[in-house]
Amino acid sequence: MSDLSPEMRMKINRHQMPTQDEHFRRSNFEEVALGYTMETAKKEAERCLQCKKPKCIQGCPVGVLIPQFIKALRAGDMLKAVELMKVKNNLPAICGRVCPQENQCEGKCILGRNGEPVAIGRLERFIGDFELVHRTCPPVRAPKTAKKAAVIGSGPSGLTCAVDLGREGHAVTLFESLHGPGGVLVYGIPEFRLPKKVVADEVNYAVECLGIQLKTDHVIGRSFTLNELVSEYDAVFLGTGAGLPSFMQIPGINLNGVMSANEFLTRVNLMKAYKFPEYDTPVKSGDRVAVIGAGNVAMDAARCSVRLQAIQGQQTGGQTGEVHIVYRRSKDEVPARQEEFRHAEEEGIIFDFLTSPIEIIGDEKGRVRALRCVRMELGSPDASGRRRPVRIAGSEFDLEIDTVIMALGTSPNPVVFVDAEGIERTKNGTAVADPETGRTKMKRVWAGGDVVTGAATVISAMGAGKRAAADINKFLKGEASWE
Amino acid sequence: MYKITGKETLSAGVKLMEIYAPHVSRKAGAGQFVMVRIDEFGERIPLTIADYDRKAGTITIIFQELGKSTLHLGSLNAGDSIATFAGPLGHPTEIADFGTVVCIGGGVGIAPIYPVARALKEAGNRVLSIIGARTGNLLFWEDRMREVSDELIICTDDGSRGRKALVTEPLREILGKKDHETAKVWAIGPAVMMKFVALTTGAFNVPTIVSLNSVMIDGTGMCGGCRVLLEDGARFVCVDGPEFDGHKVNWDNLLSRLSFYREEEKLAMERWEHRCRLDVAAAGGSEDV
Ligand SMILES: Cc1cc2nc3c(=O)[nH]c(=O)nc-3n(C[C@H](O)[C@H](O)[C@H](O)COP(=O)(O)OP(=O)(O)OC[C@H]3O[C@@H](n4cnc5c(N)ncnc54)[C@H](O)[C@@H]3O)c2cc1C
Ligand SMILES: Cc1cc2nc3c(=O)[nH]c(=O)nc-3n(C[C@H](O)[C@H](O)[C@H](O)COP(=O)(O)OP(=O)(O)OC[C@H]3O[C@@H](n4cnc5c(N)ncnc54)[C@H](O)[C@@H]3O)c2cc1C
Ligand code: SF4
Ligand code: SF4
Ligand code: FES
Repeated sequence: MSDLSPEMRMKINRHQMPTQDEHFRRSNFEEVALGYTMETAKKEAERCLQCKKPKCIQGCPVGVLIPQFIKALRAGDMLKAVELMKVKNNLPAICGRVCPQENQCEGKCILGRNGEPVAIGRLERFIGDFELVHRTCPPVRAPKTAKKAAVIGSGPSGLTCAVDLGREGHAVTLFESLHGPGGVLVYGIPEFRLPKKVVADEVNYAVECLGIQLKTDHVIGRSFTLNELVSEYDAVFLGTGAGLPSFMQIPGINLNGVMSANEFLTRVNLMKAYKFPEYDTPVKSGDRVAVIGAGNVAMDAARCSVRLQAIQGQQTGGQTGEVHIVYRRSKDEVPARQEEFRHAEEEGIIFDFLTSPIEIIGDEKGRVRALRCVRMELGSPDASGRRRPVRIAGSEFDLEIDTVIMALGTSPNPVVFVDAEGIERTKNGTAVADPETGRTKMKRVWAGGDVVTGAATVISAMGAGKRAAADINKFLKGEASWE
Repeated sequence: MYKITGKETLSAGVKLMEIYAPHVSRKAGAGQFVMVRIDEFGERIPLTIADYDRKAGTITIIFQELGKSTLHLGSLNAGDSIATFAGPLGHPTEIADFGTVVCIGGGVGIAPIYPVARALKEAGNRVLSIIGARTGNLLFWEDRMREVSDELIICTDDGSRGRKALVTEPLREILGKKDHETAKVWAIGPAVMMKFVALTTGAFNVPTIVSLNSVMIDGTGMCGGCRVLLEDGARFVCVDGPEFDGHKVNWDNLLSRLSFYREEEKLAMERWEHRCRLDVAAAGGSEDV
């Protein structure tokens, strides 16, 4: 089909992603989007015009070689497609699933001007999934270099940095404070959006094929400090993310039934509370849940709540409850990925737009009984360019609920900065690092991902880990000095 | 995996274990804790570091068998391994020469108060200790406590050992003396006990440090599940604590939060007991063959 004219290519419709039925999926944690078949993937690949000046690449934060990998895929050369992908992106099976493509690669695709963009994310996922099934350890490993690197944090930034350094033959130790490696990919993003097996495969590759030493249960700042690691290793990469949750400053935040999204999602995902009592950690799903915020974190929390309610309803034969998303702006400002927002709507989540909580009200036992809210309207644009929500006087009302999940912003957990005076930090608690090389103000320490940018995206964290690894490699091989 | 290198039963339902975990012992201090998870299915539970041996690379934990996780842990033996052992977490106790201090340990809280009392003694303090439990066979480490204390008072609720009193009674007597020189009080034990110790010392204006036992999930400052209310706002026990000024703690909020998962804890415990009965039955069955 490679002799199609551009006109003919443009006539092909974007291929739907098969998904689990919305009624059925409400009561399980299995993946919602099922992935393309080889046939559909090839057909979708035919839509790409192979632009001379591909706009899509500009939209991707790491500049994935999009037309190139699509061309290889369309020719059926999967190994080549994987190879081209990996030049810029180590985690296609993950990014293909979770990137906000509509604001990035697909948002810029030329086909999007008069129709629907090429489904770049879905094709990327297809390539990534192919690799997971077919990947083998490299037949020859790079010769050992006698240099030691420590990577702190096993989220997308740390994992990428560790793998790239391991490939170059350096001895890499990957420190992780939790028992499960993967960062937000395992404790935050739920199974139904990103199967944990995908993350585990990447970690296994790092450990088994590249000989990376994984040390879980190591909280840097406590078990070892950054200063200690710097004196023991030739290079240190800091990829500890932005895991510290914030709570709204309103009355009632310590009532029973008020949780951060991090607590709720950690119980559900990392600790597998949706399988309680087979797994020991419980979670209260709540019959009437209000999730505050409308980003990816909020969608994940709300969609987990829907599932927990449905599972409980099946077990007890009772009714399923209600899940609200309370957001102070309007539908047009929802920051979550489009697909998640659509899936959330399909799954029956109730959206209370232009609504802001002002107080959580408890009962005599100290449990949440209601969320007092006020209606908002959009005023003039603020610094972010979005119209600022303002309260409508006298519009207070109570939402009868029993659980409040706060999905507000997060910031870097300061524990790692104990005994790390050399690192410069902003007033938001993020580490200061050079955007090109990842170098911090502390000698032989690099940083990247959410710990530098604040809560951002998987692909930007992956990219930061990759850039830092390149610079660390030069430094370790004596091709670049610190100064 | 972390190997259990020693096990001892201290009193009814209170067990001691030594775990090989050099990454924890190298920096462990009095007042800090570890997060423990037994296996793939286990929850992460916080347990205080009761002692450590840097040379041997081991940590001593002492726990009371209360629910599923602690009963399961107690059923393991030296030579077995557990999946997660992370620490040392939280801030170590601030030790200095304050003059005269009172150290109070209630129930399993005797274990974590011991290293605090010992460190305070070594720093030159006059240490008055009070240990208490519901009944005599729940007490342990009397000899150890006596060794590091200038005076040791023992109480039980039922009078089966020492004085028949709550720990707050001798405390009130000590502070009630006109010429008492108590500079600071430490209390570790059930939340209710710490609450009443704080109320008692509050009346005498004696600074009081308590070690809070809120429910934790990660133990690294990532979830906020462990938060407690102080006079001036919320704090995360796992990273800001676990020790706090007892006079600033909102005790009713802590007590209410501790009971939130009671039904689920009961269910997990019943399932565990059921499993144990089946194991016993299975073991019995094989003997017949
Ligand atoms: C619920 C949720 C949904 C999201 N959905 C999306 C999405 O759909 N698309 C998208 O692009 N992005 C999404 N994001 C954002 C994205 O996951 C993050 O931007 C990305 O994971 C950041 O990667 P990182 O490597 O910087 O940090 P993290 O993924 O946060 O990993 C940091 C790791 O460091 C460990 N660590 C922290 N402190 C220490 C220490 N002191 N010692 C040792 N280890 C430590 C942590 O335990 C963690 O494992 C989501 C985030 C959340 C929370
Ligand atoms: C910093 C800290 C240090 C501690 N040190 C010790 C110690 O040295 N020895 C000891 O015996 N106990 C200690 N505890 C309490 C111990 O963690 C709980 O007894 C244990 O989690 C109970 O688990 P379970 O499944 O056996 O019982 P459950 O049936 O789960 O609960 C029994 C009781 O333990 C409390 N609890 C349940 N889950 C948790 C959790 N994840 N975190 C905290 N409390 C919980 C419940 O409120 C309930 O009152 C400490 C707690 C904290 C926060
Ligand atoms: S990494 Fe993300 S933004 Fe870049 S091409 Fe892939 S899906 Fe698009
Ligand atoms: S902009 Fe769209 S059509 Fe053009 S190369 Fe990129 S994916 Fe293909
Ligand atoms: S236990 Fe999660 S923040 Fe303290």
